[in-house]
Amino acid sequence: MAKGKKNILSIADLSIGYASKTIAQNINFDLEAGILCGVVGINGIGKSTLLRTLGGFQPKLDGNIRLKDQNLEKYTSSDLSKELSVVLTEQPASKNLTVQELIALGRQPYTNWLGTLTKQDKQQIEASLDAFLLKDLRHRKCHQLSDGQLQRVLVARAMAQDTSLILLDEPTTHLDLYHKVQILKMLQELAHDKQKTILFTTHEIELAIQLCDRILILDGKDNPFGDPCQLIEQKHFDRLFPSEMVQFDAKTGSFKVNK
Amino acid sequence: MQGGRTYRFSFLLMVLALLCSWLLNISSGSVTIPFADMLSTLFGESPEIASWEYIIWDYRVPKAFTSILVGGGLSLSGLLMQTLFRNPLAGPFVLGISSGASLGAALLLMGTSILAGYTSLSFLGDITLSIASSFGSFLVLLIVMIVAQRVKDTMALLIIGLMFGSITSAIVSVLAYFSSAEDLQRFNFWSFGSVGNLSVNQLFLLGSIVAVGVFLSIISIKSLNAFLLGENYAQSLGVSLKKSRLTIIVATGLLAGGITAFAGPIAFVGLAVPHLTRQIFNTMEHKVLIPAVMLYGAILMLLCDTLAQLPNSASVLPINAITSLVGAPVVIWLLVRKRKMMF
Repeated sequence: MAKGKKNILSIADLSIGYASKTIAQNINFDLEAGILCGVVGINGIGKSTLLRTLGGFQPKLDGNIRLKDQNLEKYTSSDLSKELSVVLTEQPASKNLTVQELIALGRQPYTNWLGTLTKQDKQQIEASLDAFLLKDLRHRKCHQLSDGQLQRVLVARAMAQDTSLILLDEPTTHLDLYHKVQILKMLQELAHDKQKTILFTTHEIELAIQLCDRILILDGKDNPFGDPCQLIEQKHFDRLFPSEMVQFDAKTGSFKVNK
Repeated sequence: MQGGRTYRFSFLLMVLALLCSWLLNISSGSVTIPFADMLSTLFGESPEIASWEYIIWDYRVPKAFTSILVGGGLSLSGLLMQTLFRNPLAGPFVLGISSGASLGAALLLMGTSILAGYTSLSFLGDITLSIASSFGSFLVLLIVMIVAQRVKDTMALLIIGLMFGSITSAIVSVLAYFSSAEDLQRFNFWSFGSVGNLSVNQLFLLGSIVAVGVFLSIISIKSLNAFLLGENYAQSLGVSLKKSRLTIIVATGLLAGGITAFAGPIAFVGLAVPHLTRQIFNTMEHKVLIPAVMLYGAILMLLCDTLAQLPNSASVLPINAITSLVGAPVVIWLLVRKRKMMF
């Protein structure tokens, strides 16, 4: 990535959690355009809370979140919907939607009061269908899709929303290895080709190391952030899990179970 | 979406079906009027027998339009509730909204005379009745909404709706126990449901209430579509949750409450029609579904009212019984056939 690029997302001294309980603090990182960034950490460390806070679903406790040089809280909900899209762990409420209908909903921030799709909207929907290999499935109902297909549909919807930042909460859960790699590869393409900034939480540390441009490790203390290789050299992954049961092997970039 | 052209034909058929059932509805009744005479009377000519003109224009035509408003409005309120509560079994009756309207009506029809000692209802206009039952349905709707915020489980929500139904019917029973025979009879007749007793003025009032409900639904089309993804997704699409939720609730309360006030509690139309409509219109786009459920509901209500009319007989069955007899098996059939109801 070229240096001196403008930051899409800048996080400084962020504390997240609830009024009664701070879940994570001291989070600092910057993301430029075209970067795929994974957030890793053990269960309960605050990955989802971070994503919910960045998505504007829950207030931050302290610190600064700047999206395109403006504080996140300053955005009106309609302005924000043009800059930030999300893929959540929750399933769509109605699975009776067709693939195309669901993806078309991503265009809502741009359509008129009746939601009429313009030519440009339709092009964007086609591009999203195309990018996520959904053209043949466009008239399928969501309840007829496999988990992997549904996940692709949800990401395609986020792409159709055409925002500079896309947040995904555990996009790889419930998928087999092939489909995990497939969805992450597609995210990587989306970030690099369309210059989108993509931040996702995951438990697939080994895949994240291979595919992400940056990784944020939530460890409850310093929350290191950087290139995957850099983080390996600095031995940050070694301390990811608390016990000796699982150990990181820097040579292969993978975890080994201690027998 | 591909909507427009694909559904134009279905819409055309439905409008034709509506026209046919409207004519069928007007042609049936205790007095037999030949079809040709009925048509000519409708086109403004004076029929052979002068009373036919009166029967058609002052009784049957208002009744048919009431059926259309009632069927269309209740079906729309059912659609709104299914989307808002993300629940395929939601409807004005199931969620206790009709019971709320009943409570409002009962408090007015029976409660006021107990409390104030009046037995005459002459000072209570239709507007008061519709306000009372709309208020009752709003109240229940708001409570259900607050509960729905805390309880995400759809089954729990339905059970809570049923419990509200029980509470309101208990209060109604208590009121009935203490009220005079005339008031009780008045309330009983109201609770059978009827589309036949509306004057032109009342019809106009009902029409206005339904029109406001439809208007509020139309301006909510975009947020209704977003709600299909769930509330968090809707918010991320720029939908202002509070505002659109409130608009949809007001629309639902006006439709269900207003209609229940004039026509009594009418069961199953609101629940069943949206599902029946989705059998024909295979889409979730509310731009298509809103007019479609209204047409379907109007047709169904006209047909139910025609059945209630018992051809060639002077007696009229309670419309509430007919819609339940038609609606309940439909819901069972849908559940058995599709195994899982979806919205």
